[in-house]
Amino acid sequence: MKSPKVYVEVIARFDPEGGLFPLEIIWEDGRRYSVDRITAVRKASSLKAGGAGIRYDCIVNSHPTHIFFEEDRWFVERK
Amino acid sequence: MGGRTILHADANSFYASVECLHHPEIRDKPVAVGGDPELRHGIILAKNERAKAAGVKTGEALWQARRKCPNLVIITPHYPLYLRFSRLMREIFYEYSDLVEPFGLDEAWIDVTGSSGLFGSGGGAAIAEQIRLRVKKELGITVSIGVADNKIFSKLGSDIKKPDAVTEITNENYKQLVWPLPASDLLYVGPATGAKLHRYGINTIGELANTDPVFLNSLLGKMGYVLHAFANGLDNSPVERLGEEAVIKSIGNSTTTPRDLVCEQDVRIIYWSLCESVASRLRKHGFLCKGVQISVRDNQLSSFERQCKLERPSALSYDLCEAAMNLFNKNYNWKYPIRGIGVRGIDLISADSAVQLSLFEDEERRRNREKLDSVVDDLRRRFGYFSVCRAVMLKDKALGGLNPTEHTIHPVGYFKPTQ
Repeated sequence: MKSPKVYVEVIARFDPEGGLFPLEIIWEDGRRYSVDRITAVRKASSLKAGGAGIRYDCIVNSHPTHIFFEEDRWFVERK
Repeated sequence: MGGRTILHADANSFYASVECLHHPEIRDKPVAVGGDPELRHGIILAKNERAKAAGVKTGEALWQARRKCPNLVIITPHYPLYLRFSRLMREIFYEYSDLVEPFGLDEAWIDVTGSSGLFGSGGGAAIAEQIRLRVKKELGITVSIGVADNKIFSKLGSDIKKPDAVTEITNENYKQLVWPLPASDLLYVGPATGAKLHRYGINTIGELANTDPVFLNSLLGKMGYVLHAFANGLDNSPVERLGEEAVIKSIGNSTTTPRDLVCEQDVRIIYWSLCESVASRLRKHGFLCKGVQISVRDNQLSSFERQCKLERPSALSYDLCEAAMNLFNKNYNWKYPIRGIGVRGIDLISADSAVQLSLFEDEERRRNREKLDSVVDDLRRRFGYFSVCRAVMLKDKALGGLNPTEHTIHPVGYFKPTQ
């Protein structure tokens, strides 16, 4: 069984205030998905993937998705 | 009761909960976090609720636990991860008060007397409720929180309902909630004191509270008064403002040894490596210690601490080790082999304090020891811990191979020396 926690490559933007926002996710197989919109940013754990960090609630490919920033890595929950 | 509002937050099965969060596949199994069986640090450090239900106990050997619970999942500890979650938890506490006193990695007192009006009308209990929910949501682990007007009752309160609960101890309910608890639940009632009290028919906190303090004083010395006050919720010790930048009160190091220690030489090897690490940290932080404290735990897991003053303040591994060995030889009878030992430099003073020189000690030799220690520090910094070691370490590869600098986690004592 594949791990429910997928560490992904992320292209992100820093704003001048130090805010950090994911722009694009690169999945394990190299497929790229752009983040259409970020709807909320909060600290949260992921019971599904197993981890905790800053959760970005995003719309990716018109699907709601959580992207987590955990210390110095990004992960998403495997569907 | 008095005017303070103090919370005590206790992360439930902290190590096991953090592991379960990170391993969804084992969440519904009995899980224990235990030392590395390879290095024979083979005891249970924490367990989840299912393992607890199967009778697994903290402190017992891995093989004992496996016998009680054959399908027990044993995970080796990941200290950096626990440190991170401990820090994240404290960050949440700091949003409610700047008076946060951590007690180990998984517990803390939070004095919210000044801020209890800022978060709704519910006072301390409402803040506790917010913290409980936030820790669960943001960190994926649970805390139980006790609310009271003093540190002792809030700590007892956090133990009454768990996991994931808030218990408020008030003037009205403390006799129902706290007094029926066994006296041994109180801080500083260990097995010896507990047995003494039991001999006089004092088994619960309530019985202790209703015993004449003068009698307790005759039985236990001045701790008698302290415990009587604790049992009545008359503890006025403040929540110390401690954080990661905490003022250092002592520097210590302890270890569970790769195998049981059976003779003085074994003990000396370990004390050398611990004392080198403690002395080097004292020097790094610019301290000398005026006293040395040792702890010894035998393979029945019973333990004791002893301390002594040094002839003069020191940060020399030689001085620390001599003092530790002296204390050890005076106080241990080798009834059982030893499972773990520790040493700590106490009564710290700044390294640039004036120190009385001795007429009877060879100052030249002392200076040479200082030089030697600092050269060893430097070599280890540049070429790694094992680049240089004392010859005695080579007598036993397993014991001498211990690197005490790898991790150091110490709950602090409740009573702190004031300077």
